[in-house]
Amino acid sequence: MSHHLVEACGLTHVYEDDTVALRDVSFRITHGESVAIIGANGAGKSTLIMHLNGHLTPTRGEVRIGETPLTRKTLPAIRRTVGLVFQDPDDQLFMPTVYDDVAFGPRNQGLPEEEVDRRVREALECVGVWNVRAKPPYRLSGGEKKRVAIAGVLAMAPDILVMDEPTSGLDPRARRQLIGLLADFSHTRIFTSHDLDMVLELCARTIVLFEGAVMADGPTRGILTDDALLSRCQLERPLALQASAACGHCNT
Amino acid sequence: MSAPAVLAGLLDFRRLDLLATGESALHRLDARAKVIVTLVFVVCVMSFGRYSVAALLPFFVFPIAITGGARLPATLIWRKIVLVLPIALVIGLPNPLFDREPLLEVGGIGVSGGWVSMLSIMLRAMLAAAASIVLVAVTGFPAICGALERIGMPRPLAVQLLFLYRYLAVLGEDAARMVTAHELRSGGRPMSIRLYGALLGRLLLRTWDRAERIYLAMCARGFTGEFRSGGSSRFGWPEIAYVAGWCGLFLLLRTHDVTHWLGAATLGALQ
Repeated sequence: MSHHLVEACGLTHVYEDDTVALRDVSFRITHGESVAIIGANGAGKSTLIMHLNGHLTPTRGEVRIGETPLTRKTLPAIRRTVGLVFQDPDDQLFMPTVYDDVAFGPRNQGLPEEEVDRRVREALECVGVWNVRAKPPYRLSGGEKKRVAIAGVLAMAPDILVMDEPTSGLDPRARRQLIGLLADFSHTRIFTSHDLDMVLELCARTIVLFEGAVMADGPTRGILTDDALLSRCQLERPLALQASAACGHCNT
Repeated sequence: MSAPAVLAGLLDFRRLDLLATGESALHRLDARAKVIVTLVFVVCVMSFGRYSVAALLPFFVFPIAITGGARLPATLIWRKIVLVLPIALVIGLPNPLFDREPLLEVGGIGVSGGWVSMLSIMLRAMLAAAASIVLVAVTGFPAICGALERIGMPRPLAVQLLFLYRYLAVLGEDAARMVTAHELRSGGRPMSIRLYGALLGRLLLRTWDRAERIYLAMCARGFTGEFRSGGSSRFGWPEIAYVAGWCGLFLLLRTHDVTHWLGAATLGALQ
Protein backbone atom coordinates (compact mmCIF):
# COMPACT_ATOMS: atom_id res chain seq x y z
CA MET A 1 0.00 0.00 0.00
CA SER A 2 1.29 3.44 -0.88
CA HIS A 3 0.46 6.56 1.09
CA HIS A 4 1.05 8.62 -2.00
CA LEU A 5 -2.09 7.74 -3.94
CA VAL A 6 -4.89 10.25 -4.36
CA GLU A 7 -8.12 9.00 -5.77
CA ALA A 8 -11.48 10.69 -6.36
CA CYS A 9 -14.43 8.44 -7.21
CA GLY A 10 -17.60 10.04 -8.55
CA LEU A 11 -17.00 13.13 -6.44
CA THR A 12 -19.96 15.51 -6.47
CA HIS A 13 -20.34 18.60 -4.35
CA VAL A 14 -23.43 20.77 -4.07
CA TYR A 15 -23.20 23.90 -1.93
CA GLU A 16 -26.01 24.94 0.41
CA ASP A 17 -27.30 27.45 -2.13
CA ASP A 18 -27.72 24.56 -4.63
CA THR A 19 -24.67 25.56 -6.68
CA VAL A 20 -23.24 22.38 -8.14
CA ALA A 21 -19.48 22.88 -7.80
CA LEU A 22 -18.28 19.38 -8.73
CA ARG A 23 -20.03 16.85 -10.98
CA ASP A 24 -19.00 13.23 -10.84
CA VAL A 25 -15.24 13.92 -10.74
CA SER A 26 -13.03 10.83 -10.88
CA PHE A 27 -9.24 10.49 -11.17
CA ARG A 28 -6.35 8.56 -9.73
CA ILE A 29 -3.02 10.19 -9.05
CA THR A 30 -0.13 7.86 -8.26
CA HIS A 31 3.16 8.05 -6.39
CA GLY A 32 5.46 10.91 -7.38
CA GLU A 33 3.19 12.32 -10.08
CA SER A 34 3.01 16.06 -10.61
CA VAL A 35 -0.49 16.98 -11.71
CA ALA A 36 -2.10 20.31 -12.56
CA ILE A 37 -5.78 20.99 -12.11
CA ILE A 38 -6.71 23.83 -14.44
CA GLY A 39 -9.91 25.58 -15.36
CA ALA A 40 -11.51 28.99 -15.70
CA ASN A 41 -12.68 30.92 -12.61
CA GLY A 42 -15.53 29.08 -10.94
CA ALA A 43 -14.67 25.75 -12.59
CA GLY A 44 -14.48 24.01 -9.22
CA LYS A 45 -10.70 23.87 -8.64
CA SER A 46 -10.76 25.27 -5.10
CA THR A 47 -13.75 23.12 -4.15
CA LEU A 48 -11.89 20.05 -5.39
CA ILE A 49 -8.77 20.95 -3.40
CA MET A 50 -10.83 21.47 -0.26
CA HIS A 51 -12.00 17.89 -0.61
CA LEU A 52 -8.49 16.47 -0.76
CA ASN A 53 -7.82 16.98 2.90
CA GLY A 54 -11.29 16.89 4.26
CA HIS A 55 -12.25 20.57 4.60
CA LEU A 56 -15.36 19.80 2.58
CA THR A 57 -17.40 16.62 2.67
CA PRO A 58 -18.63 15.26 -0.67
CA THR A 59 -22.34 15.33 -1.39
CA ARG A 60 -21.78 12.08 -3.32
CA GLY A 61 -18.75 9.96 -4.09
CA GLU A 62 -15.55 9.67 -2.08
CA VAL A 63 -11.91 10.65 -1.80
CA ARG A 64 -9.30 8.02 -1.02
CA ILE A 65 -5.78 8.81 0.07
CA GLY A 66 -3.40 5.86 -0.12
CA GLU A 67 -6.35 3.42 -0.32
CA THR A 68 -7.87 4.89 2.88
CA PRO A 69 -11.27 6.49 2.36
CA LEU A 70 -11.47 9.99 3.78
CA THR A 71 -13.85 9.89 6.74
CA ARG A 72 -14.14 11.76 10.01
CA LYS A 73 -12.16 8.97 11.66
CA THR A 74 -9.28 8.94 9.19
CA LEU A 75 -9.14 12.73 8.93
CA PRO A 76 -6.20 13.37 11.33
CA ALA A 77 -4.02 10.74 9.60
CA ILE A 78 -4.97 12.06 6.17
CA ARG A 79 -4.15 15.63 7.13
CA ARG A 80 -0.68 14.40 8.11
CA THR A 81 -0.31 12.79 4.69
CA VAL A 82 -1.72 15.61 2.58
CA GLY A 83 -0.07 19.01 3.01
CA LEU A 84 -2.19 21.89 1.75
CA VAL A 85 -0.61 25.23 0.85
CA PHE A 86 -3.18 28.02 0.64
CA GLN A 87 -3.32 30.56 -2.15
CA ASP A 88 -2.93 33.58 0.13
CA PRO A 89 -0.01 33.02 2.51
CA ASP A 90 -1.52 35.61 4.87
CA ASP A 91 -4.30 33.13 5.61
CA GLN A 92 -1.74 30.59 6.64
CA LEU A 93 0.85 32.56 8.57
CA PHE A 94 -0.49 33.61 11.93
CA MET A 95 2.15 32.99 14.57
CA PRO A 96 4.30 35.87 15.85
CA THR A 97 7.52 34.70 14.16
CA VAL A 98 8.41 32.68 11.07
CA TYR A 99 10.03 30.02 13.26
CA ASP A 100 6.96 29.58 15.45
CA ASP A 101 4.74 29.49 12.42
CA VAL A 102 6.69 26.69 10.76
CA ALA A 103 6.83 24.89 14.12
CA PHE A 104 3.03 25.09 14.49
CA GLY A 105 2.34 21.89 12.49
CA PRO A 106 5.09 19.69 14.01
CA ARG A 107 4.11 20.83 17.51
CA ASN A 108 0.50 19.90 16.80
CA GLN A 109 1.78 16.47 15.82
CA GLY A 110 3.11 16.21 19.37
CA LEU A 111 6.76 15.82 18.33
CA PRO A 112 9.52 16.42 20.90
CA GLU A 113 11.05 19.89 20.75
CA GLU A 114 14.43 18.69 19.32
CA GLU A 115 12.60 17.02 16.43
CA VAL A 116 10.44 20.15 15.94
CA ASP A 117 13.62 22.22 15.78
CA ARG A 118 15.21 19.87 13.23
CA ARG A 119 12.09 19.88 11.05
CA VAL A 120 11.76 23.67 11.16
CA ARG A 121 15.41 24.14 10.23
CA GLU A 122 15.24 21.61 7.39
CA ALA A 123 12.02 23.07 5.98
CA LEU A 124 13.22 26.68 6.13
CA GLU A 125 16.62 25.73 4.64
CA CYS A 126 14.93 23.73 1.90
CA VAL A 127 12.96 26.78 0.73
CA GLY A 128 15.94 29.09 1.36
CA VAL A 129 14.55 31.38 4.06
CA TRP A 130 16.27 30.15 7.25
CA ASN A 131 17.71 33.66 7.59
CA VAL A 132 14.29 35.24 8.26
CA ARG A 133 13.28 32.77 11.00
CA ALA A 134 13.12 35.41 13.74
CA LYS A 135 11.06 37.90 11.70
CA PRO A 136 7.32 38.34 12.02
CA PRO A 137 5.61 36.99 8.87
CA TYR A 138 3.93 40.31 8.05
CA ARG A 139 7.34 41.92 7.52
CA LEU A 140 8.28 39.51 4.69
CA SER A 141 8.03 40.08 0.95
CA GLY A 142 5.39 38.20 -1.05
CA GLY A 143 7.92 35.64 -2.30
CA GLU A 144 9.29 35.03 1.20
CA LYS A 145 5.78 34.63 2.62
CA LYS A 146 5.00 32.02 0.00
CA ARG A 147 8.17 30.14 0.83
CA VAL A 148 7.46 30.26 4.56
CA ALA A 149 3.92 28.98 3.92
CA ILE A 150 5.40 26.08 1.94
CA ALA A 151 7.96 25.46 4.71
CA GLY A 152 5.12 25.32 7.24
CA VAL A 153 3.61 22.45 5.29
CA LEU A 154 6.93 20.71 4.48
CA ALA A 155 7.78 20.66 8.20
CA MET A 156 4.89 18.27 8.71
CA ALA A 157 6.63 15.82 6.32
CA PRO A 158 3.58 15.17 4.11
CA ASP A 159 3.70 12.57 1.32
CA ILE A 160 1.42 14.60 -0.91
CA LEU A 161 1.66 18.35 -1.52
CA VAL A 162 -1.44 20.20 -2.68
CA MET A 163 -0.94 23.83 -3.65
CA ASP A 164 -3.60 26.34 -4.61
CA GLU A 165 -2.23 28.85 -7.15
CA PRO A 166 1.42 28.65 -6.03
CA THR A 167 2.69 31.42 -8.33
CA SER A 168 -0.13 33.95 -7.92
CA GLY A 169 0.97 37.37 -6.75
CA LEU A 170 4.69 36.72 -7.21
CA ASP A 171 7.05 38.88 -9.24
CA PRO A 172 8.73 37.14 -12.22
CA ARG A 173 11.96 36.40 -10.37
CA ALA A 174 10.23 35.02 -7.25
CA ARG A 175 7.98 32.97 -9.56
CA ARG A 176 10.99 31.55 -11.40
CA GLN A 177 12.71 30.64 -8.11
CA LEU A 178 9.56 29.00 -6.77
CA ILE A 179 9.14 26.90 -9.93
CA GLY A 180 12.76 25.76 -9.54
CA LEU A 181 12.06 24.81 -5.93
CA LEU A 182 8.85 22.91 -6.69
CA ALA A 183 10.52 21.02 -9.55
CA ASP A 184 13.00 19.54 -7.06
CA PHE A 185 10.39 18.06 -4.72
CA SER A 186 9.86 14.32 -4.84
CA HIS A 187 6.39 14.42 -3.28
CA THR A 188 3.24 13.59 -5.17
CA ARG A 189 2.27 17.13 -6.21
CA ILE A 190 -1.10 18.58 -7.15
CA PHE A 191 -1.33 22.21 -8.25
CA THR A 192 -4.21 24.38 -9.26
CA SER A 193 -3.15 27.30 -11.38
CA HIS A 194 -4.00 29.85 -14.02
CA ASP A 195 -0.28 30.08 -14.74
CA LEU A 196 -0.26 27.59 -17.60
CA ASP A 197 3.40 28.23 -18.38
CA MET A 198 4.21 26.99 -14.89
CA VAL A 199 1.93 24.02 -15.46
CA LEU A 200 3.79 23.21 -18.67
CA GLU A 201 7.10 23.24 -16.83
CA LEU A 202 6.13 21.41 -13.66
CA CYS A 203 3.37 18.97 -14.50
CA ALA A 204 3.50 16.00 -16.83
CA ARG A 205 -0.22 15.50 -16.42
CA THR A 206 -3.14 17.95 -16.45
CA ILE A 207 -6.79 17.62 -15.45
CA VAL A 208 -9.12 20.21 -17.00
CA LEU A 209 -12.26 21.19 -15.07
CA PHE A 210 -15.17 23.07 -16.59
CA GLU A 211 -18.35 23.84 -14.70
CA GLY A 212 -17.44 21.23 -12.12
CA ALA A 213 -16.83 18.34 -14.51
CA VAL A 214 -13.59 16.78 -15.79
CA MET A 215 -13.29 17.73 -19.47
CA ALA A 216 -9.87 16.22 -20.06
CA ASP A 217 -7.22 14.29 -18.17
CA GLY A 218 -3.93 13.50 -19.84
CA PRO A 219 -0.41 14.62 -20.79
CA THR A 220 -0.04 18.37 -20.29
CA ARG A 221 1.49 19.21 -23.64
CA GLY A 222 -1.30 17.46 -25.55
CA ILE A 223 -3.99 19.26 -23.57
CA LEU A 224 -2.40 22.69 -23.77
CA THR A 225 -2.12 22.45 -27.56
CA ASP A 226 -5.72 21.25 -28.09
CA ASP A 227 -7.20 24.58 -29.10
CA ALA A 228 -10.76 23.28 -29.43
CA LEU A 229 -10.70 21.88 -25.89
CA LEU A 230 -9.08 25.01 -24.45
CA SER A 231 -11.61 27.27 -26.11
CA ARG A 232 -14.52 25.13 -24.92
CA CYS A 233 -13.21 25.39 -21.35
CA GLN A 234 -12.57 29.16 -21.62
CA LEU A 235 -8.80 28.72 -21.47
CA GLU A 236 -5.90 29.83 -23.64
CA ARG A 237 -2.61 28.32 -24.71
CA PRO A 238 0.28 29.25 -22.41
CA LEU A 239 2.63 31.90 -23.82
CA ALA A 240 5.33 29.32 -24.46
CA LEU A 241 2.98 27.48 -26.82
CA GLN A 242 1.64 30.51 -28.67
CA ALA A 243 2.99 31.48 -32.04
CA SER A 244 5.90 33.84 -31.66
CA ALA A 245 5.19 37.36 -32.88
CA ALA A 246 8.73 37.55 -34.25
CA CYS A 247 8.99 34.34 -36.27
CA GLY A 248 5.49 32.86 -36.34
CA HIS A 249 6.64 29.56 -34.84
CA CYS A 250 5.68 28.08 -31.54
CA ASN A 251 7.42 25.54 -29.34
CA THR A 252 5.05 22.63 -29.87
CA MET B 1 -9.38 57.48 12.60
CA SER B 2 -7.16 57.56 9.54
CA ALA B 3 -5.73 54.49 7.87
CA PRO B 4 -2.13 55.13 8.96
CA ALA B 5 -3.35 55.44 12.58
CA VAL B 6 -5.22 52.12 12.34
CA LEU B 7 -2.16 50.47 10.82
CA ALA B 8 0.21 51.97 13.35
CA GLY B 9 -1.99 50.76 16.20
CA LEU B 10 -2.04 47.33 14.66
CA LEU B 11 1.71 47.14 14.20
CA ASP B 12 2.17 48.19 17.82
CA PHE B 13 -0.18 45.43 18.79
CA ARG B 14 1.91 42.93 16.87
CA ARG B 15 5.07 44.32 18.37
CA LEU B 16 3.87 43.12 21.77
CA ASP B 17 3.76 39.60 20.36
CA LEU B 18 7.22 40.04 18.95
CA LEU B 19 8.59 41.25 22.28
CA ALA B 20 7.50 37.92 23.73
CA THR B 21 10.22 36.19 21.69
CA GLY B 22 12.90 37.91 23.83
CA GLU B 23 15.52 35.97 25.73
CA SER B 24 15.48 37.36 29.28
CA ALA B 25 15.11 35.21 32.40
CA LEU B 26 11.57 36.58 32.74
CA HIS B 27 10.72 35.41 29.23
CA ARG B 28 11.98 31.92 30.03
CA LEU B 29 9.76 31.47 33.09
CA ASP B 30 6.82 29.09 32.71
CA ALA B 31 3.81 31.04 31.44
CA ARG B 32 1.64 29.72 34.30
CA ALA B 33 3.78 31.49 36.90
CA LYS B 34 3.45 34.80 35.06
CA VAL B 35 -0.29 34.37 34.58
CA ILE B 36 -0.85 33.55 38.27
CA VAL B 37 1.18 36.55 39.45
CA THR B 38 -0.76 38.84 37.11
CA LEU B 39 -4.11 37.47 38.31
CA VAL B 40 -3.16 37.95 41.97
CA PHE B 41 -1.95 41.46 41.15
CA VAL B 42 -5.23 42.41 39.47
CA VAL B 43 -7.33 40.94 42.29
CA CYS B 44 -5.28 42.81 44.94
CA VAL B 45 -5.54 46.11 43.06
CA MET B 46 -9.28 45.73 42.47
CA SER B 47 -10.03 44.81 46.08
CA PHE B 48 -9.05 48.22 47.51
CA GLY B 49 -11.75 50.53 48.86
CA ARG B 50 -13.25 53.10 46.49
CA TYR B 51 -11.35 56.05 47.95
CA SER B 52 -7.91 54.39 47.88
CA VAL B 53 -5.38 56.37 45.91
CA ALA B 54 -2.07 56.58 47.78
CA ALA B 55 -2.12 52.90 48.75
CA LEU B 56 -2.34 51.96 45.03
CA LEU B 57 0.78 53.82 43.99
CA PRO B 58 3.37 51.29 45.28
CA PHE B 59 1.80 48.66 43.01
CA PHE B 60 3.39 50.40 40.01
CA VAL B 61 6.62 48.78 41.13
CA PHE B 62 5.48 45.50 39.49
CA PRO B 63 5.02 46.62 35.88
CA ILE B 64 8.07 48.87 36.16
CA ALA B 65 10.23 46.03 37.49
CA ILE B 66 9.08 43.64 34.74
CA THR B 67 9.60 46.28 32.04
CA GLY B 68 13.13 46.87 33.30
CA GLY B 69 13.92 43.21 34.01
CA ALA B 70 12.78 42.01 30.60
CA ARG B 71 14.23 45.09 28.84
CA LEU B 72 10.89 46.00 27.27
CA PRO B 73 10.63 49.35 25.45
CA ALA B 74 9.05 51.55 28.13
CA THR B 75 7.52 54.05 25.68
CA LEU B 76 5.63 51.35 23.79
CA ILE B 77 4.25 49.90 27.04
CA TRP B 78 3.31 53.39 28.23
CA ARG B 79 1.48 54.17 24.96
CA LYS B 80 -0.57 51.01 25.38
CA ILE B 81 -1.44 51.85 29.00
CA VAL B 82 -2.58 55.34 28.02
CA LEU B 83 -5.05 53.74 25.59
CA VAL B 84 -7.24 52.53 28.49
CA LEU B 85 -7.43 55.96 30.13
CA PRO B 86 -10.36 57.31 28.07
CA ILE B 87 -12.38 54.17 28.87
CA ALA B 88 -11.62 54.49 32.59
CA LEU B 89 -12.49 58.18 32.39
CA VAL B 90 -15.92 57.41 30.93
CA ILE B 91 -16.58 54.90 33.72
CA GLY B 92 -15.31 57.21 36.47
CA LEU B 93 -16.73 60.51 35.19
CA PRO B 94 -20.20 60.26 36.80
CA ASN B 95 -18.63 59.84 40.25
CA PRO B 96 -17.87 63.56 40.89
CA LEU B 97 -21.49 64.35 39.89
CA PHE B 98 -23.13 61.95 42.32
CA ASP B 99 -20.66 61.87 45.19
CA ARG B 100 -20.23 65.52 46.27
CA GLU B 101 -19.39 64.90 49.92
CA PRO B 102 -16.09 66.69 50.68
CA LEU B 103 -13.54 64.06 51.59
CA LEU B 104 -10.30 65.94 51.99
CA GLU B 105 -8.87 69.37 51.65
CA VAL B 106 -5.93 70.18 49.40
CA GLY B 107 -4.48 73.70 49.78
CA GLY B 108 -7.70 75.02 51.25
CA ILE B 109 -9.91 73.59 48.47
CA GLY B 110 -12.31 70.80 49.41
CA VAL B 111 -12.10 67.72 47.22
CA SER B 112 -15.27 65.64 47.01
CA GLY B 113 -15.34 61.85 47.35
CA GLY B 114 -16.38 61.62 43.71
CA TRP B 115 -13.13 63.09 42.41
CA VAL B 116 -11.09 60.82 44.66
CA SER B 117 -12.98 57.69 43.59
CA MET B 118 -12.63 58.71 39.94
CA LEU B 119 -8.87 59.04 40.37
CA SER B 120 -8.88 55.65 42.09
CA ILE B 121 -10.71 54.04 39.16
CA MET B 122 -8.23 55.51 36.69
CA LEU B 123 -5.24 54.36 38.70
CA ARG B 124 -6.66 50.85 38.95
CA ALA B 125 -7.38 50.73 35.24
CA MET B 126 -3.82 51.80 34.51
CA LEU B 127 -2.38 49.23 36.90
CA ALA B 128 -4.49 46.40 35.50
CA ALA B 129 -3.64 47.43 31.92
CA ALA B 130 0.05 47.74 32.74
CA ALA B 131 0.15 44.30 34.33
CA SER B 132 -1.71 42.69 31.40
CA ILE B 133 0.42 44.41 28.77
CA VAL B 134 3.72 43.41 30.35
CA LEU B 135 2.33 39.88 30.71
CA VAL B 136 1.65 39.69 26.96
CA ALA B 137 5.01 41.29 26.21
CA VAL B 138 7.02 38.73 28.21
CA THR B 139 4.85 35.69 27.51
CA GLY B 140 3.04 36.01 24.17
CA PHE B 141 -0.68 35.55 23.79
CA PRO B 142 -0.72 31.92 22.57
CA ALA B 143 1.39 30.88 25.58
CA ILE B 144 -0.95 32.76 27.93
CA CYS B 145 -3.95 30.87 26.52
CA GLY B 146 -2.05 27.61 26.96
CA ALA B 147 -1.19 28.53 30.55
CA LEU B 148 -4.79 29.52 31.37
CA GLU B 149 -5.95 26.16 30.12
CA ARG B 150 -3.34 24.34 32.18
CA ILE B 151 -4.33 26.12 35.36
CA GLY B 152 -7.93 25.11 34.91
CA MET B 153 -9.72 27.33 32.39
CA PRO B 154 -12.07 25.22 30.24
CA ARG B 155 -10.44 24.53 26.88
CA PRO B 156 -13.25 25.96 24.69
CA LEU B 157 -12.89 29.25 26.53
CA ALA B 158 -9.12 29.31 26.07
CA VAL B 159 -9.53 28.51 22.35
CA GLN B 160 -12.09 31.31 22.02
CA LEU B 161 -9.66 33.70 23.60
CA LEU B 162 -6.88 32.76 21.20
CA PHE B 163 -9.15 33.12 18.18
CA LEU B 164 -10.45 36.45 19.42
CA TYR B 165 -6.88 37.68 19.53
CA ARG B 166 -5.99 36.29 16.10
CA TYR B 167 -9.09 37.60 14.37
CA LEU B 168 -8.74 40.99 15.97
CA ALA B 169 -5.54 41.43 13.99
CA VAL B 170 -7.31 40.25 10.82
CA LEU B 171 -10.16 42.67 11.49
CA GLY B 172 -7.71 45.52 12.01
CA GLU B 173 -5.92 44.83 8.72
CA ASP B 174 -9.15 44.71 6.75
CA ALA B 175 -10.40 47.87 8.46
CA ALA B 176 -7.18 49.68 7.57
CA ARG B 177 -7.54 48.67 3.90
CA MET B 178 -11.16 49.84 3.77
CA VAL B 179 -10.36 53.16 5.41
CA THR B 180 -7.54 53.68 2.88
CA ALA B 181 -9.89 52.85 0.00
CA HIS B 182 -12.41 55.35 1.36
CA GLU B 183 -9.82 58.07 1.82
CA LEU B 184 -8.54 57.66 -1.72
CA ARG B 185 -11.92 58.29 -3.29
CA SER B 186 -13.70 60.48 -0.74
CA GLY B 187 -11.85 63.69 -1.63
CA GLY B 188 -11.28 64.34 2.06
CA ARG B 189 -14.98 64.30 3.00
CA PRO B 190 -15.72 62.55 6.29
CA MET B 191 -17.62 59.28 6.31
CA SER B 192 -21.41 59.55 6.65
CA ILE B 193 -23.19 57.37 9.21
CA ARG B 194 -24.88 55.46 6.38
CA LEU B 195 -21.59 54.68 4.70
CA TYR B 196 -20.02 53.86 8.03
CA GLY B 197 -22.73 51.27 8.66
CA ALA B 198 -22.32 49.75 5.21
CA LEU B 199 -18.55 49.53 5.64
CA LEU B 200 -18.89 47.92 9.07
CA GLY B 201 -21.26 45.33 7.65
CA ARG B 202 -18.87 44.51 4.84
CA LEU B 203 -15.98 44.38 7.27
CA LEU B 204 -17.82 41.83 9.37
CA LEU B 205 -18.55 39.62 6.35
CA ARG B 206 -15.00 39.88 5.04
CA THR B 207 -13.53 39.08 8.42
CA TRP B 208 -15.86 36.14 8.70
CA ASP B 209 -14.58 34.70 5.41
CA ARG B 210 -11.00 35.37 6.28
CA ALA B 211 -11.34 33.93 9.78
CA GLU B 212 -12.77 30.79 8.24
CA ARG B 213 -9.80 30.45 5.89
CA ILE B 214 -7.35 30.95 8.76
CA TYR B 215 -9.16 28.31 10.75
CA LEU B 216 -9.00 25.90 7.80
CA ALA B 217 -5.28 26.58 7.45
CA MET B 218 -4.82 25.82 11.15
CA CYS B 219 -6.77 22.56 10.80
CA ALA B 220 -4.72 21.63 7.74
CA ARG B 221 -1.67 21.77 10.01
CA GLY B 222 -3.10 19.50 12.64
CA PHE B 223 -4.76 22.01 15.01
CA THR B 224 -7.19 20.14 17.22
CA GLY B 225 -7.99 22.80 19.78
CA GLU B 226 -4.89 22.32 21.86
CA PHE B 227 -1.98 24.74 22.15
CA ARG B 228 1.50 23.47 22.08
CA SER B 229 4.13 26.08 22.63
CA GLY B 230 7.77 25.22 22.36
CA GLY B 231 8.92 26.96 25.53
CA SER B 232 9.86 25.25 28.77
CA SER B 233 6.83 23.86 30.49
CA ARG B 234 8.33 22.98 33.84
CA PHE B 235 7.01 24.67 36.92
CA GLY B 236 10.28 24.53 38.87
CA TRP B 237 11.99 26.48 41.65
CA PRO B 238 12.41 29.70 39.67
CA GLU B 239 8.65 29.73 39.02
CA ILE B 240 7.81 28.99 42.67
CA ALA B 241 10.16 31.76 43.82
CA TYR B 242 8.66 34.18 41.27
CA VAL B 243 5.08 33.48 42.33
CA ALA B 244 5.85 33.47 46.08
CA GLY B 245 7.97 36.64 45.90
CA TRP B 246 5.51 38.78 43.98
CA CYS B 247 2.36 37.46 45.68
CA GLY B 248 4.01 38.05 49.08
CA LEU B 249 4.78 41.64 48.10
CA PHE B 250 1.25 42.23 46.75
CA LEU B 251 -0.31 40.93 49.96
CA LEU B 252 2.00 43.12 52.02
CA LEU B 253 1.06 46.17 49.93
CA ARG B 254 -2.60 45.24 50.21
CA THR B 255 -2.70 44.77 53.96
CA HIS B 256 -0.26 47.50 55.04
CA ASP B 257 -0.25 51.11 53.94
CA VAL B 258 3.34 51.20 52.74
CA THR B 259 2.92 54.69 51.27
CA HIS B 260 1.97 55.97 54.70
CA TRP B 261 4.98 54.26 56.31
CA LEU B 262 7.33 55.60 53.70
CA GLY B 263 5.91 59.09 54.13
CA ALA B 264 6.21 58.92 57.91
CA ALA B 265 9.75 57.51 57.69
CA THR B 266 10.81 60.27 55.25
CA LEU B 267 9.31 62.95 57.44
CA GLY B 268 10.98 61.40 60.50
CA ALA B 269 14.35 61.42 58.75
CA LEU B 270 13.88 65.06 57.68
CA GLN B 271 13.03 66.12 61.22
